[in-house]
Amino acid sequence: MIYRETGQFKPTYQSDSAVFPIAQDRWVVIAFVAFLAVVVPFFGSEYLFQAILVPVLIYSIAAIGLNLLTGYCGQLSLGTGGFMAVGAVACYKFSTAFPEMNLVVVLLLSGVVTAGVGLIFGVPSLRIKGFYLAVATLAAQFFLNWLFNKIAWFQNYTPSGTLTMPPREVFGVLVTSAAAQPHHRYLFCLAMVVILALAATNIVRGPVGRAWMAIRDMDIAAELIGFRPFQTKLLAFSVSSFYVGIAGALALALWLGSVETAEAFDINQSFQVLFMVIIGGLGSMLGSFIGAAFIVLMPIVLTNVMVYGLGFEAVTAKHFEFIFFGGLIIFFLIVEPHGIARLWQIAKEKLRLWPFPH
Amino acid sequence: MNVLNAVFVAPFLDMADSPAFFFEVVIGGMMTGVMYSLVALGFVLIFKASSVFNFAQGVFALFAAMTLVGLMTGTVPFALDKALPGMPAFVAIVLTGVVMVGLAFLVERVVLRPMVNQDHIIMFMSTIGIAFVLEGFGDLMWGSDVKLLDIGIPTGSFFFLDMMIQVFDLWAAGIAGVLVLSLAVFFQKTRTGRALRAVADDHQAALSVGIPLKSIWVIVWSVAGIVALVAGIMWGSKSGVQFSLSLIALRALPVLILGGFTSVPGAIVGGLIIGVGEKVAEVYWGPLVNGAIENWFAYVLALVFLLFRPQGLFGEKIIERV
Repeated sequence: MIYRETGQFKPTYQSDSAVFPIAQDRWVVIAFVAFLAVVVPFFGSEYLFQAILVPVLIYSIAAIGLNLLTGYCGQLSLGTGGFMAVGAVACYKFSTAFPEMNLVVVLLLSGVVTAGVGLIFGVPSLRIKGFYLAVATLAAQFFLNWLFNKIAWFQNYTPSGTLTMPPREVFGVLVTSAAAQPHHRYLFCLAMVVILALAATNIVRGPVGRAWMAIRDMDIAAELIGFRPFQTKLLAFSVSSFYVGIAGALALALWLGSVETAEAFDINQSFQVLFMVIIGGLGSMLGSFIGAAFIVLMPIVLTNVMVYGLGFEAVTAKHFEFIFFGGLIIFFLIVEPHGIARLWQIAKEKLRLWPFPH
Repeated sequence: MNVLNAVFVAPFLDMADSPAFFFEVVIGGMMTGVMYSLVALGFVLIFKASSVFNFAQGVFALFAAMTLVGLMTGTVPFALDKALPGMPAFVAIVLTGVVMVGLAFLVERVVLRPMVNQDHIIMFMSTIGIAFVLEGFGDLMWGSDVKLLDIGIPTGSFFFLDMMIQVFDLWAAGIAGVLVLSLAVFFQKTRTGRALRAVADDHQAALSVGIPLKSIWVIVWSVAGIVALVAGIMWGSKSGVQFSLSLIALRALPVLILGGFTSVPGAIVGGLIIGVGEKVAEVYWGPLVNGAIENWFAYVLALVFLLFRPQGLFGEKIIERV
């Protein structure tokens, strides 16, 4: 009743293959983005921006990146943290070496550098499959973190070994460093997310995405009907790393401000992003956003409820948080292994028929 | 030229100069390798029988070690300020074994049974969930401070042909050997073992000849739990029972891919190769790059092996059909 496409005709191919073919979908998404961009900056508090919205946006980019690789191309990767570290380090090096360079260019270049690194670590995927590949990508995680920790050039020879983002402006507005207004950072992140998400949606709708999905569903069959596994897999690795690298760069530039790569981008980051992708929904753009929001928000909600609501001690609350986090993950995997995005899809199907299901 | 010399010539000259030291390094590496094998063994057992890549194996070891320490010192679960009289190591080990079997039941009942026939990756993620739950639960139950574990394995060292050998490492190797032998006997000679091998070969064929899959899974997870207990005891008495114990899982993964996910001998041989390779590289090549390479060297070594044998050294040949 609420949700119906009756009467929406698609007279042209263009309207048939639109990103959101149903008008209600289109308007809801546009309205939601407009709400985020126009209304939220006026009433949002610093805490809302810095602890919730900016991390969610940044992790959505990382989750989209991993989703391209794991959800669409079927290559399981546990090296996301390492690639985020590459993005952060590249962003730091570019912005300190070329102070006049525009931040957007810096971010894109960081993405390109990460894509190159991802390409190198993607090469084993041509030979190794499944969990063997997953463990092999852990090599990227550990090696990259070790490299950035050991070679002082990456940290510009600072004795503490932390990367601190210098203040940078975009269109005359300060967005990095501690002096930047939280809502400016947030709006910049939002713009990046919208652009990158649109690009990703269109990549997976096109021939490239179809090739990835063919490889995912059965690589030998895909090879036999003419998809080239070499190019396709490596492309997936590099595009995915591009996104993950930008996420890492944004995490340094707009969210954390200064990081120690080995700590900020450790193996847990890899698992976090993988959780986002799986809880949200493998092979679903919407799922990447839902997953990122879910994984970022859940610990905050749990901590708040337990420490301030129920009066637990912080340490005990931390342990309970672990238990609940793990338990919820198992629960969601049992209830809907295809992620929350699938639940949403089912709800939409139901809403089309509601209240007369027969 | 200098670089080439330092990488390709000097380390080998060092080795030739003092063979005793070299063998000491190799033997030390083998001992560490045995410890890796112990962890990898738990992974292999579960993967063979249920195709689940059990990421929680490291946390299993941690949980087992924590429970053991708690029982031995008489800590009251969830009430850390109270104390009971402790119990002797032997009783505590048996009791911990019972706890691990109970855990296996719980995992099968709560997690595995509802998820039969799901994708491998979903099962893998759910074991990470198990790892989180167990970690929080263990800390809550037994406290998160570093604990000492001493079940009376002798320590100290002696010299044999100019090589320093740690008594503890010898014990570790001996215990691992006994464990592997008894597992081999269990798998090859008993009725249950035969059923386990059948399930590992082909789930559906095993089901169709009447092997109860559910109880087999409980048995496999129990055995993996016992292996985790042994690994937890060895690692725990070596470096203390603390959170970092669960990270040995990450150290065992390269062993696993090198030896092959499905091969028990692979876990042993892989462990030895990784242990020796890691130690030798750390001692002879580590100083060139400021050391601390053990975190990733094992992975790269395993990767090199994988490029030639994608299923690991002893893994089942991967046959793919369209």
